[in-house]
Amino acid sequence: MKNYKTIILSNQEISPGYYRMRLLTPGFSETARPGQFLMMRVQQSLPPLLRRPFGIFRTGFLPADCEGMPPKEYTEILYKVVGRGTNIMADLHRGDKVEVLGPLGRGFDVGDPSEEKILVGGGIGLVPLYMLAESLASRCKVRLLMGGRTRDDILAVTEFERLGVETYVSTDDGSLGEEGLVTRVLERKLDKYPRSSVYACGPMPMLEAVYRICHRRQVPLQVSLEALMACGVGACLGCVVKGVGHTEDAPRYLCTCKQGPVFRAEQLDWSRLGEEPGYCEGCKS
Amino acid sequence: MSNGCPNLTVDLGGLVLKNPVMPASGTFGYGEEYAPFLDLNRLGAVVTKGLSLKPKAGNPTPRIAETISGMLNAIGLQNVGVDDFIKFKLPFLREFTTPVIVNFFGNTLEEYGEVAARLSDIPEVTAVELNISCPNVKKGGIVFGTDPKAAHEAVSTVRKQLNKHLMVKLTPNVTDITVIARAVEEAGADSISCINTITGMAVDIKTRRPRLANRTGGLSGPAIRPVALRMVHQVVQAVKIPVIGVGGIVRPMDALEFLIVGAKAVQVGTANFVDPASMITIIEGIEQFLLEEGLSDINQLIGSLEL
Repeated sequence: MKNYKTIILSNQEISPGYYRMRLLTPGFSETARPGQFLMMRVQQSLPPLLRRPFGIFRTGFLPADCEGMPPKEYTEILYKVVGRGTNIMADLHRGDKVEVLGPLGRGFDVGDPSEEKILVGGGIGLVPLYMLAESLASRCKVRLLMGGRTRDDILAVTEFERLGVETYVSTDDGSLGEEGLVTRVLERKLDKYPRSSVYACGPMPMLEAVYRICHRRQVPLQVSLEALMACGVGACLGCVVKGVGHTEDAPRYLCTCKQGPVFRAEQLDWSRLGEEPGYCEGCKS
Repeated sequence: MSNGCPNLTVDLGGLVLKNPVMPASGTFGYGEEYAPFLDLNRLGAVVTKGLSLKPKAGNPTPRIAETISGMLNAIGLQNVGVDDFIKFKLPFLREFTTPVIVNFFGNTLEEYGEVAARLSDIPEVTAVELNISCPNVKKGGIVFGTDPKAAHEAVSTVRKQLNKHLMVKLTPNVTDITVIARAVEEAGADSISCINTITGMAVDIKTRRPRLANRTGGLSGPAIRPVALRMVHQVVQAVKIPVIGVGGIVRPMDALEFLIVGAKAVQVGTANFVDPASMITIIEGIEQFLLEEGLSDINQLIGSLEL
C-alpha cells in the first residue's frame, strides 16, 4: 500500500447518480486483492477534510498505444453521488489530479475452488464483488444476484456476464429483472444449490437478511462492510464494528479498515449491527 | 549552519529532538500503522495512542463525524493497555532512532501512578505525555484537566513514579488555560502540550439525532487552529517550561505560526489522516522557510512574535 499522487483517466456517469472513475495507478494491481478498498483525497483544498473510502471495482492495463507508450496500469472505482465528497468527484475530468491511498484492508477469502459461489450485491455494494468474480470464474461456478430499488441501481451486470458469471437481477419496483428483494432470489438459489458459499456487500438491512438466510442453512458467508472512517489504516479507530460476543462489560470491537472490510459472518455480532446508524449506502460520501 | 542546512534541533528541557515535528497522540496509532507511508526516523518524535492500565474498548459507534474543516471524534480512548503495549507494540518502535513519547491516562490517581511506574522502567520510552484532557470519557481524562487542584494532584502523583521527561497535555475546555498550566508546572511537569480537542456536537437533520453515539465529541482539524494558537500563546506567557503547540496544523505555515508564538515544538494530528506524509512536508517546509528568511537555527524563530 502507498499514497499515489495520480490522475484521472476517465470519469463517466454509467447510470443516473452512479459514476465509474478510472485512475492511473502503476503497481497497484500487483498488490490489490478482491475486496480491498482505497481512500481518495477528493481535492486539495478544504472542505471536505477527510478522504473517502471506495471499494476497488477492478484493476487492469490499457494497451500500449501506437506511439510506443508503455501500457498504463489503472484502477477503477464505481461510486454513487450521495454527499459533498462524491458531488465534487462527479465534476472531475480526465487529467485532474487526485490522491489515492491503497490498496487497504483485508479482502475476501476465495475459499475452496470446488464449491460453487453465490455473490449478492445490493446497489453500489456490487463494487467489491467484481474482482472476486474475476478470480473465481475460471475455477468454479459463480452466480451473481444483483438487487436494487429500481433499474438505475443495477450496475455493470454485463461485465460479470463476460466473465462467465450467471447473473440474476431483481428490483424492488420490478423495473428490471424480477420484482422483489434480492434475498428472495438468494433463498431460491440456495434451495437449488445448497452447497454454495455466499459473498455479500450492500446496505445493512440486506446484509442482515442475507446473514439470517445463510445462518439458518449453515451456509458459509463473507460480508464486506461499509463504515465511517478517517484514516483507513487502523490508526483512528473510528470505523469499529461489534464482534461476536460483544457485551457492554466486555466490548469486542473489530476495526473495519484493518481487520475488514471483509468479515466472515461468524466474526460479527449480528444482533447489534442493525442498531448502527453508521452503516448505510450514504456512508461512502 | 552546516552544509547550508539550518539547525532544526530543539531542546524541550532536556528532551532533545532533531526537529520539532511529532504526531499528536491518537492520530498515529502505535507508529506501525503509518510506517509504510513515511520514514519514522525523520520525525522529531513518535507519540503513541493513549494507554491505560487495562485495555480499554472505547465508545459505541458512530465515533466520528466530519464537520466544516474539522472532524469530531468520540473514540473513547480505545487502547491495548500498558502491558500489551510494552510486549507487542514497543518492539516495532525499537527499530527506529526517533524518541518515543508514550501518552497515557488513568481513571483514578492510583491508576495514573501505576501506569507511570510501569513506563518508568522501560528504557525505550524516552518520555511520557500525561493526558488529563480527553473530553470523551466519563472518568479520568478531562476530570483531572479542568480543575487546577486535580491537575496538580495527577501530575504530582505521576512525577513521583517517573524518572523521565514528563509532558502534560492540556484541554482547551476551560475558562482560563493558564491557571491549569501553572498548576501542572508547579507539580513538576517538564513540558506542556496544548491543546487537546474542543468539545463539540453535530446533528443529522434528517434523523434529528446526534451524529455521534456519544452525542458530543472532540473537534480537531484546521477548524480549531486559531483557538489553539491563542491558547499556546497564553500558556507560553504563563509558564517557564517548554510548550508544544497542537491544533489544526496541516501545512508548514501552520506549524511556523505556533513556533513564532513560542511553541518549542508542534504536534500534527488530523492532518495525518488526510495525508500520511504531512509531517514530512511540514518538516521540509519549516527548513525551507528558515533558508528563505536567512535563519541558521530554528531557535531564532521560536518565540519571535512581535507585539
